[in-house]
Amino acid sequence: MDIQPSAGAVGVETVGMTMRFGSFTALDDVSIKVSAGSFHALLGENGAGKSTLVKCMMGFYQPTEGQMLVGSREATIASPRDADRLGLGMVYQHFTLVPSLTGAENLVISRPDVPRIIAWPKERKALAAFMDRMPFKISLDAPVRELAAGEKQKLEIIKQLYLGRRFLVLDEPTSVLTPGEAEELLGLVRGMTERRQLTVLMISHKFHEVTQFADDVSVLRKGKLAGTGRVAELDHKALAAMMIGDQPIAPIDSRRPTPAGAAAVLSVTGLSAKDRSGLKSIRIDDLTVRAGEIVGIAGISGNGQKELLEVLAGQRGREAGEVAVKGEPYGATRAQSRDRHVRFIPEEPLRNACVPRMTVAENIGLRTFDLGPEGRPVTWINSGGLKAHAARLVQQFKVKTASLASPIEALSGGNVQRAVLARELSGEVDLLIVSNPCFGLDFAAVAEIRARIMKARNGGAAVLLMSEDLDELLELSDRILVMAGGQLVYETSIADADVHVIGEHMASRH
Amino acid sequence: MTAASTTSAPALAAPPTGGTLETLARRAESLVIPLGALLVGLGLFSLFLLALGKSPAQFIELMWRGGFGSWFSIQNTLLRAAPLLLAALCVVLPARLGLVVIGGEGAIVLGGVAAAAAGHWVAGLPPVAVIVAMALAAMAIGGLWIGAIGALRHYRAVNETISSLLMAYIAIALMNHLVEGPLRDPASLNKPSTIPLTAAGRLGAVPGTDVHWGIVVGVVACLACWLLIEKTRWGFAARVAGGNVRAAQIQGLAVGPLIIGFCALAGALAGLAGMIEVAAVHGNANASLAAGYGYTGILVAFLARQSPLGVIPVSLLLGGIAAAGGLVQRRMGLPDATILVLQGMLFILVLLSDTLYGRFKIFNPDRWGRAP
Repeated sequence: MDIQPSAGAVGVETVGMTMRFGSFTALDDVSIKVSAGSFHALLGENGAGKSTLVKCMMGFYQPTEGQMLVGSREATIASPRDADRLGLGMVYQHFTLVPSLTGAENLVISRPDVPRIIAWPKERKALAAFMDRMPFKISLDAPVRELAAGEKQKLEIIKQLYLGRRFLVLDEPTSVLTPGEAEELLGLVRGMTERRQLTVLMISHKFHEVTQFADDVSVLRKGKLAGTGRVAELDHKALAAMMIGDQPIAPIDSRRPTPAGAAAVLSVTGLSAKDRSGLKSIRIDDLTVRAGEIVGIAGISGNGQKELLEVLAGQRGREAGEVAVKGEPYGATRAQSRDRHVRFIPEEPLRNACVPRMTVAENIGLRTFDLGPEGRPVTWINSGGLKAHAARLVQQFKVKTASLASPIEALSGGNVQRAVLARELSGEVDLLIVSNPCFGLDFAAVAEIRARIMKARNGGAAVLLMSEDLDELLELSDRILVMAGGQLVYETSIADADVHVIGEHMASRH
Repeated sequence: MTAASTTSAPALAAPPTGGTLETLARRAESLVIPLGALLVGLGLFSLFLLALGKSPAQFIELMWRGGFGSWFSIQNTLLRAAPLLLAALCVVLPARLGLVVIGGEGAIVLGGVAAAAAGHWVAGLPPVAVIVAMALAAMAIGGLWIGAIGALRHYRAVNETISSLLMAYIAIALMNHLVEGPLRDPASLNKPSTIPLTAAGRLGAVPGTDVHWGIVVGVVACLACWLLIEKTRWGFAARVAGGNVRAAQIQGLAVGPLIIGFCALAGALAGLAGMIEVAAVHGNANASLAAGYGYTGILVAFLARQSPLGVIPVSLLLGGIAAAGGLVQRRMGLPDATILVLQGMLFILVLLSDTLYGRFKIFNPDRWGRAP
């Protein structure tokens, strides 16, 4: 395979693309024109059809109807191999590099025609020549696992260029990057489109990325093209309206001031615990959350946030340190949590907070199934009572489910999260520990869930909110702490919070 | 400090709580699919018979006659099903917590030895007391044996499947040591055994039949386990922990005691099976206790899809196959292993049928409203 730089950007157009799965129409007559050398953003909520569209373009799906034009010529893309031949490629949200191999090895083995025996001296020379023509430099000799997230994402893009792509789909390329890394990466990609080396179609959730870097934008809603246009002519409001249509968005409560003398509800001192790998530790010297405030913990995924939640929830042993709730030691037993009104909302609720095969009613009853009406432990489960309790909460929290007897895994992500919120936010709540509550949810669900958290805070609950979404933290928190390398490295009140300073601290122990 | 949970927006209409038809459909799935698998298994076995030049029709006719066709064969079936019920529960209970315990055989043989020893020591007491003492001794040792496997799993992360299997070998060796050494009846010459039980330590037959009380104990145990799992607080907690241990932990459920408790109960039931073998069948403990019931119990539990109620019909089915085995093999001139071939085929097909759950719209009310 020749590793000439791509012969220049190519334009791609879909015409009347329709994709049906059985009776469900995932994509309905979508025509998008991405002209050569442009940076085109594709916006839409979860399930709006963005990934179906790009999968059709990449040959993973065969559209039910519709054509594709590549460089104004009709192209049949029956398989990913055809897409490859035409120079179309995709960078996924999650890394696809082999962590134990070096950058150079990753590049060479990604070629479709790797020889049985690789002549490394020759390959190295060719790679060096190739890298000389690249707009940015990256070390190809280190194992990929040693690279920072931003470097990995750059390597993914270099890999696509190495494979001779002239049209690139980026699927939420910045979701694992710090704000600084994200800006740098998108700046580089933008540069390449400006030099007409590459055409880019970027799937994104983030409006500010779109307005800052993209030339054009197309918005999908419920499988249909809801709008398209020049980014310069559209503002955030217009984009949001296109994305969500006319569905109501729950307004967020205004923030009531935290009472000056509010008592500390959660206090963690000198805590240390092993992390997932068992090689490193997390260390929390001092963390206090007072009644009526939301303390946000920012950090790039994998810097110890998960472990901190697991320690607090009793899923992971601690080596040293104290956790106290309302001044008393807290070991996350059922009795203690019940007594002191402690609630957890872990990330990925279906995986961490629900029993997928048990019914919606049973899952909503997980917190209270063993209590009778007077709050005494019972021997026999009152399944009628469980159902009545669930029916009430399902209505209050607007959980959409076919039936209370459906297994909870049959529900959509937003409704699983609503069911978990219904379970955890009913009754008195004094301490709420939340992790990435809105990950992967649609606009309406996100707004509603944030409103509920704010409401709990205003009701007097102490809230510890861990999130990888800085915008979410900035919207909800009273104070923001940054976690990096298993430690809290920075603290700021919301009034003084600066995204770039927070970003620098997030990356500080990378 | 109350976090209000109501919103001003109008609430949706309450979802249905699951009507009769819906409940029926959900339940029917776990009946129809295994039955279908059994039928397909019989079909495949018929092909196997045809390849041997034998008649499948004659085979089925003989199976029926040998297993269920007469009062005599029904009693034979019940006798063979009795130990399977308890042995299968020893797999079912840990399975509800997500553990695959395959070493029930160990608890059965140790339960048998403990019952024989206890029966000998308290032989002077009234019959009821002797039987109760034997049962308690058997259940205690069985409970300790499998409970220890649960503890190893929970506290030391030892794989319970491997440890239970290896512990079964240790249990069998221990039984051999005891019946050949300390507990040996000097009068037992060819086959080392414990001292025979007196009449007070023997379990008789259910009045009007030749079937011993073990079948009644087994069925009652299945019903009790069903109640425990489906209707009590501990069963609910076990289903949560078995379905998603992370969810159980974050709810503060005591997963360790649940695992150890369910394993101990499972072992106690297997120990009871050993006691019944000794008290109702052998009259003393010897190497015949290791007859493989513990392993057949695994088969029963999987065929029953880890449902205590399912264990009852499946035990009867396998009991019937075993009861008819001799007749079929003699009359049709088939090799001894034929029945094992049939059992193996049924087992594999039932395991394969697991992949069919959720695929049929008729059993899945969540998909009823929509086009296929």
